[in-house]
Amino acid sequence: MKYIDEFRDSALARHIADNIASEAEPHRAYHLMEFCGGHTHAISRYGIVDLLPANVRMIHGPGCPVCILPVGRIEAAIRLAQIPRLILCCYGDMMRVPTAKGVNLLKIKASGADVRMIYSSADAVKIAQQNPARQVVFFAIGFETTTPPTAVAIQQAQVLGLKNFSVFCNHVLTPSAISHILQSPEVRELGLVSLDGFIGPAHVSTIIGSRPYEYFAEEFQKPVVIAGFEPLDVMQAILMLIRQLNQGRAVVENEFTRAVTRNGNVKAQFLVAEVFELRRAFEWRGLGLVPYSALKIKSCYAEFDAECRFQVPVLSIADNKACDCGAILRGVKRPQDCKIFGIVCTPDNPIGSCMVSSEGACAAHYSYGRFREAC
Amino acid sequence: MCLAIPVCVEQLVTEGIAVVSLGGVRKEISLALVDDIEPGDYVIVHVGFALQKLDPAEAERTLALFAEMTANSVGNDDAIR
Ligand code: SF4
Repeated sequence: MKYIDEFRDSALARHIADNIASEAEPHRAYHLMEFCGGHTHAISRYGIVDLLPANVRMIHGPGCPVCILPVGRIEAAIRLAQIPRLILCCYGDMMRVPTAKGVNLLKIKASGADVRMIYSSADAVKIAQQNPARQVVFFAIGFETTTPPTAVAIQQAQVLGLKNFSVFCNHVLTPSAISHILQSPEVRELGLVSLDGFIGPAHVSTIIGSRPYEYFAEEFQKPVVIAGFEPLDVMQAILMLIRQLNQGRAVVENEFTRAVTRNGNVKAQFLVAEVFELRRAFEWRGLGLVPYSALKIKSCYAEFDAECRFQVPVLSIADNKACDCGAILRGVKRPQDCKIFGIVCTPDNPIGSCMVSSEGACAAHYSYGRFREAC
Repeated sequence: MCLAIPVCVEQLVTEGIAVVSLGGVRKEISLALVDDIEPGDYVIVHVGFALQKLDPAEAERTLALFAEMTANSVGNDDAIR
């Protein structure tokens, strides 16, 4: 397919790999974090690590929206789904994330709750239209890419005068999470993770643009290269980061110019600003409470806010003790460091969230990398 | 669920709705977040919404960038390390 196949060309991949090998200085270590789950997936699926010199190491970041949602919020969604006659709509991956007791939305559905997997927020609005006598809640999750579609759904419900549609909002923000990682004790004080540069997300950046990253490139003196999701995009971004590091520069560069501008999608940003406002703090799996890192629905749209319409419990529940997702999401551990990786915890029976979504670090490593211990 | 791909807009249906082709599979998407889309344009689609129009000239430029020679191999070939 056009704009996909060209960006997966193996001869070009080898060429970029040669460039990386010749430009990476042998006595230096390059620790690069790909923030986004889409990049984690591409790196594992195309075996990009095998094409890198040993001193260029990729560290997975917390950019998978399914993985970072804490158990408390999933438990809250499960309780919502158990309200009689309520229909809970969610994106597919959310159905399988287990709570501490091993329950998930799929199991609740099997025992009679009306949980529906949707492809788009517009589907949830349609379901509300078709079921006027029942309450419909959209369990909204995701970074800046899924937030504008949720805003559109809320405004659409208002135009349609729907009284039975609301959103359980769990939208989170990318820049605050990156800053939080850079300020974390592991990076700052303990020196457990050394991070030299970041690959910035592709689709999040189509919305927010490259400008929001300028702050921390400057503040933390770390280079950022925004990259597309295809393997050549990721490799070129790695090369661009190596070049910046070699030259002692720390700026924001954009490899994904075919879809990302400095200002991003202003129309979408405007919509989001109309419907949402910042939460003072939000819990992330692995990162704990992160200030100003998530959105809630503005009071003028309160009738569409499930947290206003229903008693949604505020829960903070610890992860399964055996699960290392938290440390993996902070870049401190790798999936293969978890004792139950691939033994008790597999994509068919995920114990932690990183094994659920195909963009989770554990699932990506299980599917594509586990027999190759090159890294 | 973050995976999103560039798709070709085949036809505008009603206001704000378009039919796209995903390698032959046709699907309706929302254009609520983008402006000035015409049939033949490529857009990045995610959860049923076009997030951004793809710039074909920039795509060419990026492909050309992939093929460029390394900064070292241009002038440094004889400087054996
Ligand atoms: S392998 Fe499973 S239990 Fe271990 S860290 Fe990954 S998701 Fe958690």
